[in-house]
Amino acid sequence: MIKAILIFNNHGKPRLSKFYQPYVNTQQQIIRETFHLVSKRDENVCNFLEGGLLIGGSDNKLIYRHYATLYFVFCVDSSESELGILDLIQVFVETLDKCFENVCELDLIFHVDKVHNILAEMVMGGMVLETNMNEIVTQIDAQNKLEKSEAGLAGAPARAVSAVKNMNLPEIPRNINIGDISIKVPNLPSFK
Amino acid sequence: MALKMVKGSIDRMFDKNLQDLVRGIRNHKEDEAKYISQCIDEIKQELKQDNIAVKANAVCKLTYLQMLGYDISWAAFNIIEVMSASKFTFKRIGYLAASQSFHEGTDVIMLTTNQIRKDLSSPSQYDTGVALTGLSCFVTPDLARDLANDIMTLMSHTKPYIRKKAVLIMYKVFLKYPESLRPAFPRLKEKLEDPDPGVQSAAVNVICELARRNPKNYLSLAPLFFKLMTSSTNNWVLIKIIKLFGALTPLEPRLGKKLIEPLTNLIHSTSAMSLLYECVNTVIAVLISLSSGMPNHSASIQLCVQKLRILIEDSDQNLKYLGLLAMSKILKTHPKSVQSHKDLILQCLDDKDESIRLRALDLLYGMVSKKNLMEIVKKLMTHVDKAEGTTYRDELLTKIIDICSQSNYQYITNFEWYISILVELTRLEGTRHGHLIAAQMLDVAIRVKAIRKFAVSQMSALLDSAHLLASSTQRNGICEVLYAAAWICGEFSEHLQEPHHTLEAMLRPRVTTLPGHIQAVYVQNVVKLYASILQQKEQAGEAEGAQAVTQLMVDRLPQFVQSADLEVQERASCILQLVKHIQKLQAKDVPVAEEVSALFAGELNPVAPKAQKKVPVPEGLDLDAWINEPLSDSESEDERPRAVFHEEEQRRPKHRPSEADEEELARRREARKQEQANNPFYIKSSPSPQKRYQDTPGVEHIPVVQIDLSVPLKVPGLPMSDQYVKLEEERRHRQKLEKDKRRKKRKEKEKKGKRRHSSLPTESDEDIAPAQQVDIVTEEMPENALPSDEDDKDPNDPYRALDIDLDKPLADSEKLPIQKHRNTETSKSPEKDVPMVEKKSKKPKKKEKKHKEKERDKEKKKEKEKKAEDLDFWLSTTPPPAPAPAPAPVPSTKSPKPKKKKHRKEKEERTKGKKKSKKQPPGSEEAAGEPVQNGAPEEEQLPPESSYSLLAENSYVKMTCDIRGSLQEDSQVTVAIVLENRSSSILKGMELSVLDSLNARMARPQGSSVHDGVPVPFQLPPGVSNEAQYVFTIQSIVMAQKLKGTLSFIAKNDEGATHEKLDFRLHFSCSSYLITTPCYSDAFAKLLESGDLSMSSIKVDGIRMSFQNLLAKICFHHHFSVVERVDSCASMYSRSIQGHHVCLLVKKGENSVSVDGKCSDSTLLSNLLEEMKATLAKC
Repeated sequence: MIKAILIFNNHGKPRLSKFYQPYVNTQQQIIRETFHLVSKRDENVCNFLEGGLLIGGSDNKLIYRHYATLYFVFCVDSSESELGILDLIQVFVETLDKCFENVCELDLIFHVDKVHNILAEMVMGGMVLETNMNEIVTQIDAQNKLEKSEAGLAGAPARAVSAVKNMNLPEIPRNINIGDISIKVPNLPSFK
Repeated sequence: MALKMVKGSIDRMFDKNLQDLVRGIRNHKEDEAKYISQCIDEIKQELKQDNIAVKANAVCKLTYLQMLGYDISWAAFNIIEVMSASKFTFKRIGYLAASQSFHEGTDVIMLTTNQIRKDLSSPSQYDTGVALTGLSCFVTPDLARDLANDIMTLMSHTKPYIRKKAVLIMYKVFLKYPESLRPAFPRLKEKLEDPDPGVQSAAVNVICELARRNPKNYLSLAPLFFKLMTSSTNNWVLIKIIKLFGALTPLEPRLGKKLIEPLTNLIHSTSAMSLLYECVNTVIAVLISLSSGMPNHSASIQLCVQKLRILIEDSDQNLKYLGLLAMSKILKTHPKSVQSHKDLILQCLDDKDESIRLRALDLLYGMVSKKNLMEIVKKLMTHVDKAEGTTYRDELLTKIIDICSQSNYQYITNFEWYISILVELTRLEGTRHGHLIAAQMLDVAIRVKAIRKFAVSQMSALLDSAHLLASSTQRNGICEVLYAAAWICGEFSEHLQEPHHTLEAMLRPRVTTLPGHIQAVYVQNVVKLYASILQQKEQAGEAEGAQAVTQLMVDRLPQFVQSADLEVQERASCILQLVKHIQKLQAKDVPVAEEVSALFAGELNPVAPKAQKKVPVPEGLDLDAWINEPLSDSESEDERPRAVFHEEEQRRPKHRPSEADEEELARRREARKQEQANNPFYIKSSPSPQKRYQDTPGVEHIPVVQIDLSVPLKVPGLPMSDQYVKLEEERRHRQKLEKDKRRKKRKEKEKKGKRRHSSLPTESDEDIAPAQQVDIVTEEMPENALPSDEDDKDPNDPYRALDIDLDKPLADSEKLPIQKHRNTETSKSPEKDVPMVEKKSKKPKKKEKKHKEKERDKEKKKEKEKKAEDLDFWLSTTPPPAPAPAPAPVPSTKSPKPKKKKHRKEKEERTKGKKKSKKQPPGSEEAAGEPVQNGAPEEEQLPPESSYSLLAENSYVKMTCDIRGSLQEDSQVTVAIVLENRSSSILKGMELSVLDSLNARMARPQGSSVHDGVPVPFQLPPGVSNEAQYVFTIQSIVMAQKLKGTLSFIAKNDEGATHEKLDFRLHFSCSSYLITTPCYSDAFAKLLESGDLSMSSIKVDGIRMSFQNLLAKICFHHHFSVVERVDSCASMYSRSIQGHHVCLLVKKGENSVSVDGKCSDSTLLSNLLEEMKATLAKC
């Protein structure tokens, strides 16, 4: 079982948190603790980590990957294969990359709902639902299409307004700083 | 109205959306909290509006704020509103917010039940999907109970997207509502063979998760998983299955044997490291479970260890970590094979990665032996000094203690060394584990009698330098060791060299800065010390000295009387009075020492921690009964002080052992001595352990002593553990010499006398005798303690509830609860969209209930036996003895050849057949069994049947097949072909090519042409059979038809490979287009009345078979279900894959059977009846 999936940046700012077990009042502490544990590790050490006290007993493990400015952390118990989860993180990031077209931290910042939707097609209730990237992308595309058709005419003015809003502000997600923030997806063996 | 909507959407444009909120937060870095509280106010306003889009937008923003740690539970009701929006866009927002913020304590959650049910049955698959995803995060026991049935229905949804989600969420439902496991399990099992890989993977996931907690209940699924393992290509599924097998093999070693080969194949063939690693892991588990019975697997273990060593030496840190992890699994059973890699593991201790260091530490735990313990601990001690960061250092400390104390100090040969290690550890700054060290000190001092003298000397030194410990590190836990030190010095004060000095040390004013509970122990033990000094002085006749000590006590004790700690104060004032009294007596020259020391007389016995729990309740004792009738209130107040006093007494650490205990102890000691006397390797000890201990480190025996210490025993101050390492080496050397001498002597004797085999003089662990004949007192247990392992189980474990026997057939009472409308009448058949399961449970089954129950019991037994038999059969590599009652001639198309292999085959088919029958549509199982259950008590047994018929065979391969209608798609049938390799060669590259006809086409992988063969997804080693499934699309089903096909394959053996072919004809009978569908008598009657069915009938003569069996045959071979049965007349129903209704009326005469049929297609009916005639003719 996957207990939790966390994404935070190099400064510990949460970008996504998904808990599959009820941690009612400790979620923020868990994020902080996990960041503390993960961030002090060197780049070239192993991707497994024991000893998150808050999230559960000795059966649990933190499995993480660090991409550019973001940490992707999965907290899992012993029924999951360590290398399998590493591959899964890779699939997740590649899927994000495909859905956002060259994903960068700003995408995750501004579209956390979409990231949740993508994750929901991959992991459900703490169990892995789908590992095939194409299948995930197909479902996401179909849902986006459905969303667009629902918005119909009413959606158009709203989209226009938000485009105008974006134009007026100096801080527009995509055009700034992509170079160093964008997540580089290395080619690793993953599920076929 | 329209205007209002437009206005609403224009307003909406200027609301903040999620992006605006995020941007705003980023722009208000300085006053973020203020900005957010402002936003929350806005959101509250938005939630008050009627426009659902505005609400959804607000909820979306709330979800983001929830991630940042803001409480959004106040909006729970609004979230539910958004969940119930009709548009998918909003619904998704609502469910996401719910999944992020709802939990079991959310009270409005019960309002969602009906909304979720509605969404689950929504025609849009994404509505259903989003509801399932959301539910998986916040399902409660109530929701699970109410929705279990709906979700179970979704498990057979036509869309794989829904099926896989429904299957996966069932695990959560089981956890919250364990009663649902048994009713849902058959369907879950069926999903293991779902045509969609995603659904299959989900089912594997769920069953693996279930089996991990209670593996024994899932052992019967092993053959199925084995099949999946050999046929699946999805790595994720393979990993899960292989992990599952790792959990199953310890329960069934024979399974391991079967696994080894395919696993090694996988190891060689896979390129995915994750899969490879899991395979290695499971091979290890298999070897461990096997080798417990057979020692000849040690070579394989060595191989695994070697492979893991390669992983550990790899530069990839992840592999290094996993290698160490897997190594620790081998360690548990084969410590020896891991021990040889000590170098590598010690090297990993120096790794810069903490995860790896911790894993290496774990390994060390199992690698120690008597020989290397000192060396390893020495190494660890240097790490302790070097380690930066308290967490890792604390971890090291606990590991050192774990390693040394494991299995009753098994590996410690020199306890002086151990005590000095413990003392060294007290110098650690800032550790949290002072109490651990203290506990060890106490434990060793109490249980190892021989060490007490040394321990006391060390502890007095510790007490003397207590200011060092207490002053700098007041707040950390290290001062806990003073607790142990004070207690040991007090309790074993007879061993103290300078008791007076220690007494003074314990009475220093500084002591009052220690924590209360430590001071309390100080006070108590000061008296013990005082008593022994008094004794000494009086015996020596130094009355003045004795008075001086008393004076010291009277002077110093008041500082404790003033303590703020209640316990300290109480003890001190009590003792002060006592001492003052003694002073008075001393003034009168009355000898008091005897009496004072009598206060603390008696031996101390260690008691096992669970001893109290295990005392059996004597017969006739009712612990709940009142001893006295409860007293009135006024009286009970008088009782209270007494009760407190009583408790106090119990808490005293001292146990005054009865004489019986001492007798028992003496007896045990005798027994131990006896045992030692019989042990050839044991060096006979000198009369008392105490004396021996003094002998051992004696100076005169040690040739070179580099340390300028005369006798290590009397070392004042703190010792260095390293000295002991050297001393120990010396001692061992001497021991060895001595032993060699003895051996020589013996050899000489042997030479003189008869020839005898003596074991080679190897130095093993056992050769090293401990320095102190350690008198480890075994912990006491009460007499006739109840042996039980129950203690370790946690009664609150949520997974315990899922420990359910899944092989038992379902009882009526176990059906899932179904939401009913109040006005439905049970006798009427439910509406169309109501799930099958519901129908099942609603069937009136009052008739012959008693009898039925009896029969069901019988069936249960039978089924269980059969299950166990099946698994046994699958596991045994040689065919078991033929079943005792020879089965009646099997009425199937294949020719009965009396071959030895035949039995096996038949049996296998039977198993398969049974499995298949479960794969039939929901409810069919029950329906097929109906005639047996409802029928009269006919004892006659049905001969075992198989739905598989022979397709073709030659000397290489035998093909049998079963054709059944597909549930998912109209006009499709699934053909399951079992291929059995009968030759001694491996069959590979198998391909099936079928000539399509106009009416029937084979579904082929995309891109392949009609003339290409379809590959069979497995290879067949000799004697193995496996099943492949193919889908055919049929246009018209009213006629039976035949398709020609060829199986081509390569048979490879030692002599070479040959191409072979086998032709076959697939026969699609009309019956194979029928799907067993239960029907109700009222619906059946309506159907017949409707009049748009054509009719036809047949009659078959010369039938001897009982009506009961006849019906069962029709049900089985032609996929019908019994609607109603009266005496020797029954109505039956079935439905074709294209929706034709088929109704039958079967009547049995004296020697004949007549079948009247009605069907919406006359051709289909006549063809069906022809087929039925053929079947019946064989009866």
